[in-house]
Amino acid sequence: MTEYKGIVVIAEQQAGKVHPVAHELLGKAVELARDNPQEIMALVLGPENTDVQGLIERGAEKVFHLRGEIFNLPDELIYKENIVPLLKEIKPAIVLIGATTFGRSLAPRIAAALDTGLTADCTDLQIDEDGKLVQIRPAFTENILAHIKTKTYPQMATIRYREFPKPEPVSAREGKIILKEPFVSQQNRVEILEQITRQEANISEAEVVVAGGRGVKNARDFDILKEMAEALGGTIGASRDVVDAGFVPKAYQVGYSGHRVKPRLYIACGISGAPQHKAGMKESETIIAINTDPSAPIFSIADIGIVGDWYEIIPRLLKKLKEKTD
Amino acid sequence: MRIIVLIKQVPEMDRVEFDSEKGVIDRKSAGVEINPFDLNALETAVQIKEKIGGEIIALSMGPPRADKTLREAVARGADRGILLSDGKFAGADTRATSFTLAHAIKKLAPFDLVIAGEMTVDGDTAQVGPQTAEYLDIPHVAYVTALDEVDTSSLTVTCNIWEGSYRKRMHLPGLITVTKDINFPRLPELRAKMKAREVQISRWEYAAFSDILKPEQIGLKGSPTQVKKITIPPPPERRGQMFSEEELEAALSAVENNIREKRLTGGNREND
Repeated sequence: MTEYKGIVVIAEQQAGKVHPVAHELLGKAVELARDNPQEIMALVLGPENTDVQGLIERGAEKVFHLRGEIFNLPDELIYKENIVPLLKEIKPAIVLIGATTFGRSLAPRIAAALDTGLTADCTDLQIDEDGKLVQIRPAFTENILAHIKTKTYPQMATIRYREFPKPEPVSAREGKIILKEPFVSQQNRVEILEQITRQEANISEAEVVVAGGRGVKNARDFDILKEMAEALGGTIGASRDVVDAGFVPKAYQVGYSGHRVKPRLYIACGISGAPQHKAGMKESETIIAINTDPSAPIFSIADIGIVGDWYEIIPRLLKKLKEKTD
Repeated sequence: MRIIVLIKQVPEMDRVEFDSEKGVIDRKSAGVEINPFDLNALETAVQIKEKIGGEIIALSMGPPRADKTLREAVARGADRGILLSDGKFAGADTRATSFTLAHAIKKLAPFDLVIAGEMTVDGDTAQVGPQTAEYLDIPHVAYVTALDEVDTSSLTVTCNIWEGSYRKRMHLPGLITVTKDINFPRLPELRAKMKAREVQISRWEYAAFSDILKPEQIGLKGSPTQVKKITIPPPPERRGQMFSEEELEAALSAVENNIREKRLTGGNREND
C-alpha cells in the first residue's frame, strides 16, 4: 500500500476569484471518490479574499489556503516553491490542475520538482481496479484515446477548462480551511514588469460562437463572422488551421489544443470538422454547420446542417435577423 | 551568448493515416518534418544572435534519421547540431525526455538561453520546456509572443498568461517557450543550405552519459507515465436536419427560428 492518499485539486485564482476549472475538477474528484472513498482536498494560493468557501461547496473537504498578496502575479517560480513543499507534506495520490496557460506552465515544473509523471489535457479520468488513476487523453489528432497510468506518486494530470461539467454548489457542505503563510515569497530570477492586456473575449464563457475554418479565405473575412457574432452577443472562434495561418489569434482557437466551448449556439462556417476541432465544441447546445462539401464530418454532429457557401448564407442570415429586430 | 534550441522531428500530422480497424497509427504513411513551433524557436535564436552575437546549438533526441532535421536547423541558422540517439533513450515520456535533455544541456555549459517551441504537434503536451527548466534549476517563461529586449544577462519578453499578456524580465541562464506569434521564420538561404549538407551532426549515445544517467532514469524505463491501452472513441453523433443548396430559404428559416427561440438577439437575452 502506498502512503500517498487523497485527491488534491490545485485551484487557480485571480484577485481572489477562483477559476471555474477548479470547480469542475472538484466535481470530478467527488465522482471518483464515490466508488473509491478518499479525501478531497483543494490547494489555493491567493490573497485574503480568495473564495475558499466556493471550493468547499464544490466538494473540497479540506482547503489549504496559502495566503499572500504575492500570489496576485502569475509567477510560476513562486507558485512552484510554495506548492512543492506542501505536496511533499500532504502526499496526495492524485493531483489535478486546470490546463489554463498558467496551469500548463506551472504543472510541469511541479511534476519535475517532485520527479513524478504528468499527463497533459486529459479528457476523462477513472480509477482502476488497482486503485490507480487512469488518465485518458486523445492522441494523434483525436483518432485514438490513450489510457495512461502513472507508476510514481503523486499521479498528476492537467485538464482543460470546460472538459468536465460544472458542478452545482452545495451550501450545506462543510470543510476544513487550513491557512498557511507562504513558504517562499520572493525570487529574483524572473521579474514581472507589467500586465499589458487582458483578453477581450473569453471564448470558453461565450453563449454564442461563430467560428470559421479553412473555408474562410483570408483574415479580413473574419470581420463578417465577427459581425454575425456581435449581432448574437457572442464571439468568433476558429479552427486550428486558420489560427496556424495567422488569420486569428490563438485566444479564439476552438479544439483539442485550443479552447473547449459549450455555448448555447455554435455556428461552424467552412469548418470540415476534424476530430481535433470537434473535441472542443461537440458539447454545444445547438450546432449549426455550413459547408460546401456535403460529406464534411462536421455535419455528423450538427443539429442544422446547410450545404452551401457561408459567404452567401451568413450575410443573408444577418439581414434576416436585423430586419425583424429593427 | 550560447543559445540552445530544442528541436523535434515529428510526423507530418496532416498526412498521418489511421487504421481504424486495427486501431493503430501508420507512422510510415506520412513523411517527417521539423516540429513547426521549433522553427519559431530557431528564428528567435537567430534574431538574438544577430543582435548580440553568440552561438546557436540545435539539440534533439530521436532516431538516427532525425539527423536530417538537425541539418535543416543548421540551414536555418544553427551553428551546429547534436542528436541524442540511442535505443536506451527510446520510448521516453515527457519526464524522461526532459530529464535526458537537461543532462545534455548541462554538458553544454556554460549556456545562457534555452529556447523551445510552445509544444510539439505530435505530443501536444507543452510540458517538455518547463520540465527541462526545472531539471536544470533555471527559470522559464512560457508562451512568449514577443522578444522586447535582450542583453547578455537578461531577456525581456511578452508572454500569454492568465488570459492576458504580461511583460517579464528573466535573468539568464533561463528557458523560454515561444508561440507562433513571436516571428515569421525565414526560409534558409542557399549558402546555409550548402553548409547544412556538409556539417557534421554530433551524435551522443548513452555511453556519453553513462557516468551521470542510470538506465532506469531514461527512455521507457525512466518514464513514469505509460500507455496501458488504446481505445477508439465512438464518433459523436447528432441527428440533425440537413438542408441542400436548393433548400436555402428553409434552412435560413430554421436557423432564424432557433436563434429566436433562444432569444439571442435584440438585447433581451436571458441571463445564465
